[in-house]
Amino acid sequence: MRKFLSVILAMTLVLTSFAGCGKTETNISTNTETSTSTSTSENTDKPAPAGKITVAALESAYGVEAWKEVAAAYTKQTGVEVNLITDKNIEDVIGANMKAGEYPDVVHLATGRPAALTETMIKDNALTDLTDMLSMTVPGETKKVSEKIAKGFTESSLTNPYSDGKTYLAPMFYGPCGLFYNQGLFEEKGWTVPTTWDEMWALGDKAKAENIALFTYPTAGYFDAFFYALVYSVGGADFFDKVTNYAEGIWDTSEGKQVIDIIAKLASYTEKSVPSNANNDNYLKNQQLVLDNKALFMPNGTWVVGEMGKAPRTDGFKWGLTALPAVKQGGDRYSFTWFEQIWIPAAAENKEAAKNFIAYLYSDEAAKIFAKEREGSQPAIQPIIGLADSLEGDNKLFYSIYDNGAKAALGGFAATDPVEGVSIAEATFEAVNSLVSGDKTAEDYKAGIVKASDALRPHIKK
Amino acid sequence: MDKQKGRGKFVFFCVAPAVILFTIFMVIPTFNIFKMSLYKWGGYSNNKTFIGFENFRKLFNDQKFLGAFQNTILMIVIVTIVTFAFALVFAAILQREKIKGQNFFRIIFYIPNILSVVVISAIFSAIYDANNGMLNSIVNLFRNANEPIYWLGDQKIVIYAIIGAMIWQAIGYYMVMYMASMAAVPESLYESANLEGASRLTQFFQITIPLIWTNIRTTLTFFIISSINLSFLFVKAMTGGGPDGASEVFLSYMYKQAYTNSSYGYGMAIGVLVFLFSFALSAIINAVTKREVIEL
Repeated sequence: MRKFLSVILAMTLVLTSFAGCGKTETNISTNTETSTSTSTSENTDKPAPAGKITVAALESAYGVEAWKEVAAAYTKQTGVEVNLITDKNIEDVIGANMKAGEYPDVVHLATGRPAALTETMIKDNALTDLTDMLSMTVPGETKKVSEKIAKGFTESSLTNPYSDGKTYLAPMFYGPCGLFYNQGLFEEKGWTVPTTWDEMWALGDKAKAENIALFTYPTAGYFDAFFYALVYSVGGADFFDKVTNYAEGIWDTSEGKQVIDIIAKLASYTEKSVPSNANNDNYLKNQQLVLDNKALFMPNGTWVVGEMGKAPRTDGFKWGLTALPAVKQGGDRYSFTWFEQIWIPAAAENKEAAKNFIAYLYSDEAAKIFAKEREGSQPAIQPIIGLADSLEGDNKLFYSIYDNGAKAALGGFAATDPVEGVSIAEATFEAVNSLVSGDKTAEDYKAGIVKASDALRPHIKK
Repeated sequence: MDKQKGRGKFVFFCVAPAVILFTIFMVIPTFNIFKMSLYKWGGYSNNKTFIGFENFRKLFNDQKFLGAFQNTILMIVIVTIVTFAFALVFAAILQREKIKGQNFFRIIFYIPNILSVVVISAIFSAIYDANNGMLNSIVNLFRNANEPIYWLGDQKIVIYAIIGAMIWQAIGYYMVMYMASMAAVPESLYESANLEGASRLTQFFQITIPLIWTNIRTTLTFFIISSINLSFLFVKAMTGGGPDGASEVFLSYMYKQAYTNSSYGYGMAIGVLVFLFSFALSAIINAVTKREVIEL
């Protein structure tokens, strides 16, 4: 009897421990459920039937409402169910399943995030070729996708990472990046916005006399857009291609030296406390410097307006955006066009349905939903020809930067196979912190970029 | 005999759940990390290439990793020594001396442990703020300079700034641990020491420390493990490894390589080294501090 009892007891122990396991699993799936905003089905584990796709989208400053509405509108038009997963850290939500071999059909997630999920997919050749999607007809319209997407967007390395003319990532939500400043302060002081770097330095000295720094940046990572635009304005498209493809000796050319010199000089004009706050938790303090009239310019994107929407500011503050100054009088001025990407994992199950969904995102209907002004979120502008003309308010001003003579800079560093311990972003952007704090000289800075370029050159994706 | 067998079975079934869970959640993942450190793998796709010990070879030539290694060791050493000293002294004072508001101080010292690391980081980010932080306001009373001290922006200071926050957070926890074991030291020993005319200091070194020695040894291992783990959280929340990698530690660098740099295998190689390093260090500390246990 006692033996029987002990076996029963032991069995109960074993069973309860497994029950524990079972419970954890249910918890996990409930979590997924909570992050699934417009889940139209209850089970995400089963392979989706043909009439259903899973879309994972990053919840960014643009909010999730637009995504919900677009998904609903798509279902209404095509009858295809959309299982929408949105989260502020979408990598964490879909990443674990992807490691286990379960992939969403469509992922809206741009490069440049700390978890670098998109970059990893590019480096691992794990994306579906979307070139044929460009020649698809936009659902509900008569035009082809390629006829709607604005020029240049499907030609840069951000959409065609392997420089083979094939598009693997479709462009989404674009916005101009440039130098943001307080128009009110310029009007008050009677200063003009500099159009060349020489004017910029002169203004820097003038501002210094009034205890205002010329420059601030949120985090050193924001130098990406700045750097690309600078490279374009110094040496044009050809020079840009060489720099972003890690060409040998490019930093010893006069253009290369000029880029380094401008960045180093700008670092010396930067508010000294900026590196202290140049991280993901304190970067708002660096942006606040512009609102407090303690610094004149910062490199940023249009989202900054929403981000600092509730921040205190000096009287008469008015956002302004200018392209990068030209290197010489009458030279070209560039503003980097920042955009996000949407892609289909190579291992996705419903590729055709997924392509159709992406094609729909370029319809007037979807674009209108994305661009709608909503409480608490920024309107998202699709890179569709003619769309920017219908904008209002601050956005009208920002998107008109290209109408006012600035050229659009698109692209980025070429994708490589992962090289352990080497990061071109750290060498080029992150190292600016060291320039400002004086831990690195312009020479050290250049040497760092050259070293990283040398290490990456043999590994460029072909 | 039969009874013995039944007992064996009972023990087996009692232990089995724990062993199974331990295997599934500890042994297998650890083994997997060791395995993955031998591959070149981005982490998300199916393209894995076996490359043997190549990741480890690269690791020893990686200056940034060596920098992170240095920072971690510096953290372990300073956090351990300073926290240990303060926690022990505070524990002795609160436990042995009769001072007003003893309970109040106990609570005050323990509060940092209730706060999450993110909250502590936010508090310290505010304290360290260069332009209007508390620390600079105090320091500037004694120093005559226009330029503030950039606690989180100066690459030579930043690591010490993080260490400061870690010590502040850890003292209360270890203090409570030491107090608990000090409470177990029989009062009679102190009474007779008093009769013999031993000073408070002598009592502390001759009675208290030897009698809580086992506890101290345990906490030393805790110091190593928690310094490695918590440093990641503090770095992530306070500096993100910056400025320009100056405050990078083991785990933050591992994260950066495994995810941001798409080198998951390389990141796992760092994980393996951290694993071996913390094991070895704990073993050494354990061996060095081995004393005969005093039994009363």
